[in-house]
Amino acid sequence: MPELSLTSAPAHLRHGSNIGQPLTRRDGILKVKGQATYAADNHPAGMLFAVMAVSSIARGRVTSLDVDAAKRHPGVVDVMTPDRRPQLAIDPEIKTNPFVFRIEVLQSDEVRYANQPIAVVIAVTLEAATEGAALLAPRYETLSARVGLDAGDSFVPPVVGVGNPAENHRGDVEAGLASAEKRIEATYETPPQYHNAMEPHAIVAVWDGDSLSIDMPTQGLMLSVARIAELFGIAPDKIRIRSPFLGGGFGSKGLMAGPPVLGIMAAKLVGKPVKLVLRREQMYGPVGHRAPTRQRLRMGTDGEGRLTALDHHARTVSSTFDDFYEPAADASHTLYASPAIRTSHDAVRVDTGTPLFMRAPGEATGSIALESAIDEMAWACGIDPLAFRLKNYAEVEPITGKPFSSKALRACYEQGAARFGWARRSLQPRQMRDDAGLLVGWGIGTATFPALMFQAEARAAIRRDGSGAMEIGAHDMGQGAWTALAQIAADGLGLDIDRVAFKAGTSDLPDAGIAGGSAHTATAGAAIHSAGAAVIAKLADLATNDERSPLFGAGNAGVIARDGRLFRRDDESRGESYAEILARAGLAEVEARGTGAPNPAAMEEYAMHAHGAVFAEVKVDPELGQIRVTRMVGAFAAGRIVNPHLVKSQLFGGMIWGMSFALHEEAITDRRSGRIMNANLGEYHIPVNADVPPLDVITVEEHDPHVNALGIKGVGEIGITGSAGAVANAVWHATGVRVRRFPIKIEELLT
Amino acid sequence: MKPFDYVRPATVAEAVAAAAQPGATYLAAGTNLLDLMKGGVSRPDLLVDVTHLKGLDRIEPLADGGLRIGALVRNADLAHDEDFARSYPAVAEALLSGASAQLRNAATVGGNLLQRTRCAYFYDTASRCNKREAGSGCDARDGENRTHAVLGWSESCIATHPSDFCVPLVALDAIVEIEGRKGRREIALDGLHRLPADTPERDSALEPGDLIVAVRLPPAARGFAAHARYLKVRERTSYAFAVVSAAAALQIENGRIKEARLALGGVAAKPWRARGAEDVLKGAAPDAAVFQQAAQRALTEAKPSGDNAFKIELARRIVARALTLAAAGTPARMPALPASPFASTSGAIHA
Repeated sequence: MPELSLTSAPAHLRHGSNIGQPLTRRDGILKVKGQATYAADNHPAGMLFAVMAVSSIARGRVTSLDVDAAKRHPGVVDVMTPDRRPQLAIDPEIKTNPFVFRIEVLQSDEVRYANQPIAVVIAVTLEAATEGAALLAPRYETLSARVGLDAGDSFVPPVVGVGNPAENHRGDVEAGLASAEKRIEATYETPPQYHNAMEPHAIVAVWDGDSLSIDMPTQGLMLSVARIAELFGIAPDKIRIRSPFLGGGFGSKGLMAGPPVLGIMAAKLVGKPVKLVLRREQMYGPVGHRAPTRQRLRMGTDGEGRLTALDHHARTVSSTFDDFYEPAADASHTLYASPAIRTSHDAVRVDTGTPLFMRAPGEATGSIALESAIDEMAWACGIDPLAFRLKNYAEVEPITGKPFSSKALRACYEQGAARFGWARRSLQPRQMRDDAGLLVGWGIGTATFPALMFQAEARAAIRRDGSGAMEIGAHDMGQGAWTALAQIAADGLGLDIDRVAFKAGTSDLPDAGIAGGSAHTATAGAAIHSAGAAVIAKLADLATNDERSPLFGAGNAGVIARDGRLFRRDDESRGESYAEILARAGLAEVEARGTGAPNPAAMEEYAMHAHGAVFAEVKVDPELGQIRVTRMVGAFAAGRIVNPHLVKSQLFGGMIWGMSFALHEEAITDRRSGRIMNANLGEYHIPVNADVPPLDVITVEEHDPHVNALGIKGVGEIGITGSAGAVANAVWHATGVRVRRFPIKIEELLT
Repeated sequence: MKPFDYVRPATVAEAVAAAAQPGATYLAAGTNLLDLMKGGVSRPDLLVDVTHLKGLDRIEPLADGGLRIGALVRNADLAHDEDFARSYPAVAEALLSGASAQLRNAATVGGNLLQRTRCAYFYDTASRCNKREAGSGCDARDGENRTHAVLGWSESCIATHPSDFCVPLVALDAIVEIEGRKGRREIALDGLHRLPADTPERDSALEPGDLIVAVRLPPAARGFAAHARYLKVRERTSYAFAVVSAAAALQIENGRIKEARLALGGVAAKPWRARGAEDVLKGAAPDAAVFQQAAQRALTEAKPSGDNAFKIELARRIVARALTLAAAGTPARMPALPASPFASTSGAIHA
């Protein structure tokens, strides 16, 4: 791949800072011209194509594969099976750390879910490999599949999500319910969902001796390097991954899944570069998904409509061979003040690939149930659902009692409601109609997502020509990291963005941490910020200790960096350019590293979350049950907004996904075979453009001095929360029918 | 993929001869066939590409007042032909409610008629399907079948025909012109698609080698232009097949329905002409009561084939609504969201 050359930004309005500018994405022109090189666009010389054969049963054993038939097919070079594959350095069943999940890399003939890889055919063309895989004609010993939320005995998982307790208590829920004036109890179901990133998982792997070069989309370069190193028994510094662009990840490209490992094994087996790209239907199994849930909520209120108890129980599923539990009930920890809260989970094991992180794991599933239940509670009290939410506004984090590091949710409610015109809403459902006689409903949902931080490192340099460089192995999943992080880098270096060479997206750069948990801009941004400060400090040392410099002796007063110059803080008429300082010092460049990490003391003291309020309008045909979302307004407070343009797009995407959650998305699983019957983009419905209404996003001003040095909370996932519930609540308000199984279907509204 | 031969015949006769061989199949735009081949559902030995045949891409008004549509006319070109849309508005509306803009730009008239069912068990080669493999069984019957047939199904197959285009066409008595080994013949579109009975593997009345060369609308079809609508309930606004749809076309004279045409989509293995309901409507005043009566009549023989009882009630309501819309008059302009219950929604982005 040629050195990535980003187009320079057009002449945007500048107000002295790069952060806060609505720059269009700097890689946009490359992308629209088809010049952005995604992993599968790479074709090293001599490359072969690998295609996975996947199991058609959900549980059992492969008893035979017609390897000879596959090998006889013209163009087929080799067939990788459990009997013929490179040895791995460690058993892939061993979980070496909590972020390692079990993968299927032909370690046995066991089948543990449908679409599990059972062989890999390597050929000179994609077509030959594809036909070779079909010719394997596997035979199976089939056991009955365990499917659905009632597939077997339930158990309480040791932890849910990433190390969260399965149960949490505060106060006495039963007493709170017993003393309540009004009570509701309701059970909601959410279906299995699949990430369906536009770009399927793909890898091009090239071995050179024991060195390995990989093109692969990943949300976690260094985690991938570490996992590959241990699986193949090679040193991490022998591995180089290039991941300049991802066509979406949404959590499914965070951790090494089985298929890319198979690509590396295939390359090793045949001793040539190999490309392996998943077919769409092969993404419904080995690369994670959002588990289904059944959630029971119980709530009570006093005579004033204040919650006395909130009980949220979630049933979910995991695979039969590994543990990931969608922490759906945890959504009730942070939003509504209640003297008694209990959240709990149980689970059953089913014959699927292991569910994993999918955009707002836990928060999204939990949010639609919680927001629906809060709406039901408000209705039971005869109170407007926004007024009810304000009445139960949490001034401190309900489950812990900790103060919030910042929380502008009240402003979100106010600004969102004003923009939407919420005050004109009828309290009763099925009261509003449009001119055409369609039912109109308005709904609200509160959005929330934790403000997380991981660990990252960055390297900064100032060069003799006065330009700067910033290097960090950050990941652009489409969210705009190439742009937003470069903005932070430019400010950190005191330079215009066009004077900064920003490098990211490869594993030989400093570790940027994982691009997940909505924490990438905050984490990588903090490292960049600190590296920038460190290199400026070095430059300042050079100047302030050099008596030839106008800044000599300014050490105590301090200097500030701006526009490629250092100035005395107490006398801005005294300063000089970076280039002058380095020239005088005879240096080609100065460099420094910086890190970003969570602040344990602040985390101990404060609850840290982004918040938002989403308002939705739907129209429903009263006889036909067809639903259409006609308007959405989302107001979000997520700390500092690095790039308002990109943030708005992120929030739009989240809101659309929330609408999709409420109305469209569902993996339909055959209850007998455990096979997913709509594993394609034609039948796994997500909204099309014609379904998406005008969307309005308000970013509410919020300053948070505690979350991190830059005050960034992250916006990657919060948009889906709140939105799904707002749409569901609007459907109720339009029709008077409370649908508790998602997605809401036409037949539910044929009253 | 399975290797296959590919020929591009120069004449219809050559095409018919090539396609009559075992393992051969016609290729037009391939919007359905290529997916079937990629999924291993269809594994032909020979593709007979008909897209270069001359003279099959014309829309020709006939002397008798009818219209002949060449089999290779693209769906989008037909829908956007002004004369066509004015004369047969429900057909144009149905076309524009089908698939996506990209698919409509490619898909042909003949291909639309012959598209295969979207039953998930037909597409899933690991499932049993009598249509895909005769006599293998039907996994849809006790499977995930909320969108399956409620009319004309059998124990061996509960699949539906997915076309929108065919629904108003069958209502308007469209005729299919076929070239075969024994020369040219024509059949009513209503006779093209077969109900499954015991042989669901046969979708249509076509014999090996038969090539649809044109679809013809008889002169009478124009007579409904003032009162013709297509209505489609679906799970998203574009790129989704009908849960249930209906085409309704009326001739109203002196406050009475002189002639009525009604057909349903998404309910059976063929576009479902509801002649009994047409009889109910004929001669009646176009009011809500008779539309309800017609709706009841149209679904008299319906029965659920699985978790799809709701489709019967939904179909009744769609019929009543489609008739109401048709009676109100064809809109002067194609709605922004064709065939949608939200067709009149202002400011909608075109589907």
